Amino acid sequence: MSPRARLGLFAVGGTALLVVLVIAFAGLPAFGHVHSVYAATVQRVVPGERHATDLVTGLNFDVRAFDTLGEEFLLFASVTGVALLLRHLRGEGDIERSGDVERHQLSQASALVRTTAPLALVVTLALAVYIVAHGQVSPGGGFQGGLILAAGPLAVMLAGRYIVARHAAPDWLLEAVESAGAGAYALIGVGGLVAGGAFLQNFLGLGEAGMLASAGTMPLNSIAVGLEVSGAFLLLWSEFLDQAVVIKGRAGE
Amino acid sequence: MTVVQIVALALVALGGTAVAVTADPLRQTLVLSLDGLALTILFFVFQAPDVALSEIVVSTVGLPVIVLAALRRIGKQEREHDDAEGERAE
Repeated sequence: MSPRARLGLFAVGGTALLVVLVIAFAGLPAFGHVHSVYAATVQRVVPGERHATDLVTGLNFDVRAFDTLGEEFLLFASVTGVALLLRHLRGEGDIERSGDVERHQLSQASALVRTTAPLALVVTLALAVYIVAHGQVSPGGGFQGGLILAAGPLAVMLAGRYIVARHAAPDWLLEAVESAGAGAYALIGVGGLVAGGAFLQNFLGLGEAGMLASAGTMPLNSIAVGLEVSGAFLLLWSEFLDQAVVIKGRAGE
Repeated sequence: MTVVQIVALALVALGGTAVAVTADPLRQTLVLSLDGLALTILFFVFQAPDVALSEIVVSTVGLPVIVLAALRRIGKQEREHDDAEGERAE
């Protein structure tokens, strides 16, 4: 297709899309003026009967906790798929582990970056624990905190000698953290089944709304998701970075 | 709608266009991250801080690392390919 014909097709399709979008957006209720039964119910149930002051966490880890289970295993399956695709292929070798140190790192990081990376690890760890633990009180929770938790080790991997850092965080450890998080979430669900009669039912004391130890099983769910997400993303990144740094391509290909 | 919200919407639209018209994949990754930051501001000013947090961790840390590692791998493969070609030519 010639560029002219393509541009013409885009002009027709783009105009049609624009018209449809304008009509659709004009029909939306004004911002902040939605009055659905579902929203009203959630706003009453989550703070009132579940003692969580963050509605999103209340939705994710209680009202629609089963959806979160599905999302968790979606991430789990995706990362497993990536690990399978990016495995060592026949004929692919690792670069030599000794000798040329320059090849073991991703960037020629300055001494300042290399020394502040471990400091970043400490700061991100503290922030991650805060975000995961306060999910039921303020914005945040397992997913966001889990990714922040994974960002610390990533900083060390990127700044220093990648292969040495990978020795400290081998695949089996990352897989164990990821699986433990995913398994823990499912087990908390089974706990609800045993104690309360329904899968993922909140079965712990609710505590006082707005306090750190409140909202029953929500903080535990948040920790489980945090571990899963953190392990999953570190594994995902290392698989890609291994391809970029460690694994040598097949000769002559 | 407040002025801040309109500015945030405009920033996201500008950023998205910038991502689409950037040709070099390496630059594109960085522009995409910046657009993610604009999206974060958008979610924040539209009173969705949970989504804003998710967006900032995914767009500034989660995604760029994967794309950059893939780009580096592709570059390495092309260099190795060129080396092998060069040896054969000699």
